[in-house]
Amino acid sequence: MTTFVLNGKSVTAKADKDTPLLWVIRDEIGLKGTKFGCGAALCGACTVQVNGQPIRSCITAVSDVAGKQVTTVESLGTPSKPHPLQAAWIKHDVPQCGYCQSGQLMAAQALLAANKNPSDKDIDAAMSGNICRCGTYGRIRAAIKDAAETIRNA
Amino acid sequence: MTKTNRRTFLKSTGAVGSGLMLGIVVPVGSNGPAQAAGTLYTPNAWVHIADDNTITLLSARSEMGQGVYTSMPMLIAEELNVDLKKIKVAIAPPGAVYTNALLGAQITGGSTSVRDGYDKLRIAGAQVREMLVAAAAARWNVPASSLKAADGVISGNGKKATYGELAADASKQPVPEKPKLKDAKDFTIIGKSTKRLDTPAKTFGTAEFGIDVELPGMVYASVEQCPVIGGKVKSFDAAKAKAMPGVIDVVQINDGVAVVADTYWRAKTAREQLTVEWDEGAGSALSSKSMMDGIRQAAATGKVLTIGKPVGNVADAMKGAAKVIKAEYTLPLQAHAPLEPMNFTADWKDGKLLLIGPTQFQQGAQGATAAALGIKPEDITLKTTFLGGGFGRRLELDFIVQAAQISKAVGKPVKVLWTREDDMTHDFYRPQALNEIEAGVDAAGNPVAMKFKATSQSVTQRAFGLPKDTLDPFMTEAAVAGYQIPNTQHDLVINDTGLRAGYWRAVSHNMNAFANESFMDELAANAGKDPYQFRMALLKDKPRFANVLKLAADAAGWSTKPAAGRARGIALMEGYDTYMAQVAEVSVVNGKVKVHRVVVAADLGQMVNPDTVRAQIQSSIIFGLGAAVKSKITVDKGRVQQRNFDSFEVVRMDEAPRIDIVLVQSKEKPGGIGEPATALIGPAVANAVFKLTGKRVRTLPITKEELA
Repeated sequence: MTTFVLNGKSVTAKADKDTPLLWVIRDEIGLKGTKFGCGAALCGACTVQVNGQPIRSCITAVSDVAGKQVTTVESLGTPSKPHPLQAAWIKHDVPQCGYCQSGQLMAAQALLAANKNPSDKDIDAAMSGNICRCGTYGRIRAAIKDAAETIRNA
Repeated sequence: MTKTNRRTFLKSTGAVGSGLMLGIVVPVGSNGPAQAAGTLYTPNAWVHIADDNTITLLSARSEMGQGVYTSMPMLIAEELNVDLKKIKVAIAPPGAVYTNALLGAQITGGSTSVRDGYDKLRIAGAQVREMLVAAAAARWNVPASSLKAADGVISGNGKKATYGELAADASKQPVPEKPKLKDAKDFTIIGKSTKRLDTPAKTFGTAEFGIDVELPGMVYASVEQCPVIGGKVKSFDAAKAKAMPGVIDVVQINDGVAVVADTYWRAKTAREQLTVEWDEGAGSALSSKSMMDGIRQAAATGKVLTIGKPVGNVADAMKGAAKVIKAEYTLPLQAHAPLEPMNFTADWKDGKLLLIGPTQFQQGAQGATAAALGIKPEDITLKTTFLGGGFGRRLELDFIVQAAQISKAVGKPVKVLWTREDDMTHDFYRPQALNEIEAGVDAAGNPVAMKFKATSQSVTQRAFGLPKDTLDPFMTEAAVAGYQIPNTQHDLVINDTGLRAGYWRAVSHNMNAFANESFMDELAANAGKDPYQFRMALLKDKPRFANVLKLAADAAGWSTKPAAGRARGIALMEGYDTYMAQVAEVSVVNGKVKVHRVVVAADLGQMVNPDTVRAQIQSSIIFGLGAAVKSKITVDKGRVQQRNFDSFEVVRMDEAPRIDIVLVQSKEKPGGIGEPATALIGPAVANAVFKLTGKRVRTLPITKEELA
């Protein structure tokens, strides 16, 4: 049993302690937005944040997040109240197949939380761990800059 | 022909008279499930209208990123006169009515969705519109010509009714065979950039992919397959795996041994405890080198099939040429590696099977599982989710059959989920290819004769039973280029390497355009001419080719000098009825190719959703660029050596070039756009690398080793 805070609510997972956080979030708790892509921290599809830092939930044992704050794409925003990144994602029609986008958004959110005016190099550094096989990188870059501007002007 | 009766029109859809949308999955998203609405009427197979005026438009094509979830409904909505913001979308169930006429089955692939659907879906929308009008005319006893259909309402003669209010009556009207279609100039939806209908769900994490499917009582399976593709289980010891927590069963299926557990992680962990003895079969002797040797042997001695019609007399023209230039080009194996690993969910109950998951080939999924389980296709209900990428991998059916066999064996609903390593080592790979070209040139260096020979593997023989020694049209794409050369001959040799091959985004355009466009550059260099001008001179009567070539060159600033340390390369192709030119601007940094900018000009005739066209070009370039400068698959002792994204490297954010796109406004018939740009980035980059370094690289990817 591991207790942690998921998107602001305390949860207790029954899964074996070495189970990756990804599968606890998806299959035990039932939040399906976070995706499985490689199982080896190589693609970023499973990116969530632990205490505000982007991590790869596919290689993070659930026991490692005991007592910590975990956030997933489901915490970002809703259609009626989107996060500035999500509003920008929709404005730029970023997703294609869409499978990597939850991870992209969680990586981008961590970037903007630390840096409200990221340069192209900052975006490269923060986002190059997240693979998009559909090649939406150009739109992701534009949407991050757009969202950063929204946040700066808020 | 007699008027099409509604019942025969719908016979094969499974939706007749049921009042329910059986077999249709509505992915969770901003548009909630249409099943929540009242009674649904189906004036034809493409449109469902409920009592409460909920209008559902069906997409017979799978959404794998290419935007059909929006573009297919756009085609229907244009003629039906409904607001896209007020409709719902559902992916069609398997059904003959949904057959892709260009591919002969219900298949999403080959950049065909718009080309196949452009007339069909507009007609379907217009039919329903006319049926609604006819129903209103009958109800109000007024002439149909006095009524109009706009924004989901039929009105005229001082009366009006919503489509929903008329749907029950309309569904009893005869289906008009030749409904009146709009002139392209009157389009209000087609040709206008339209927000994708699936973007919100894919932005809030609510879009349902195959991996997200859950059924009550569902268990999870992880399958150990032979490390040599095609190998079979000799024997296995499951004692240790069965002793692991949560394990429900260990079952042998055609492809290997499946461990079934109460969670995915437990199934995968227990699978590592299996001991399997394999009969590796003939595949264990394969290596990429031996396979390429086999291709070379076939090129020299294999049966030669002629592509198209030879022009002029190549042999005589070669004899009379001032000089003969020869070159050969090779391409390696590639994996598809869509980001969502292979998966499917199956529920076997009382001789019937429910299948839910991501597939590009609905009828194939039904047919293959029916054959494997010994049941009839009609005993299988198939629901298609969103696909986390396809690129051709999800035309294959192996993982679907696995899910079905495991569910039947354990008598429970099962989700099979592959690891990335399973996916990388058990793909159906883009086959290796050898292209040999020779040209006879005159004293000025202009080609007077060209001979082209492609040798590669036929996917169509394996996947669709194409007879041996017959031309496979999916091997000859873009073999005949647009250039006007008085004597030409194009040949194909088919060679089966023994490793299973699959359709990989842009298929044989990749090989043939790489060879043709690299070679054209070599001819220009031989003639001492600018590669753009050299090509242009051979396109005097080819206006669509010449136009995109000029547009790309102009937009790229071809006549200006690039920044120091950079060079540009150009390439041109027609594929999927789309004319395209690309200019790549590259440098070499620490021995590695860096692509800074790609300019694309495309003429694909009438566009449906121009922003999706742009997105598909951007996507194809990034996908193709990985194969052009980074990734390849190699085989040793029958084993694929790349297992994950560390050894099969793809393009990432920091390597994604700026992409500028020029689109030709045209009313020509629509061309496909999901793939062609994939095939052109390779030669555009290779030609730029030649310009920059003087080194002609005749294979891809252009890695540090190739440049050294």
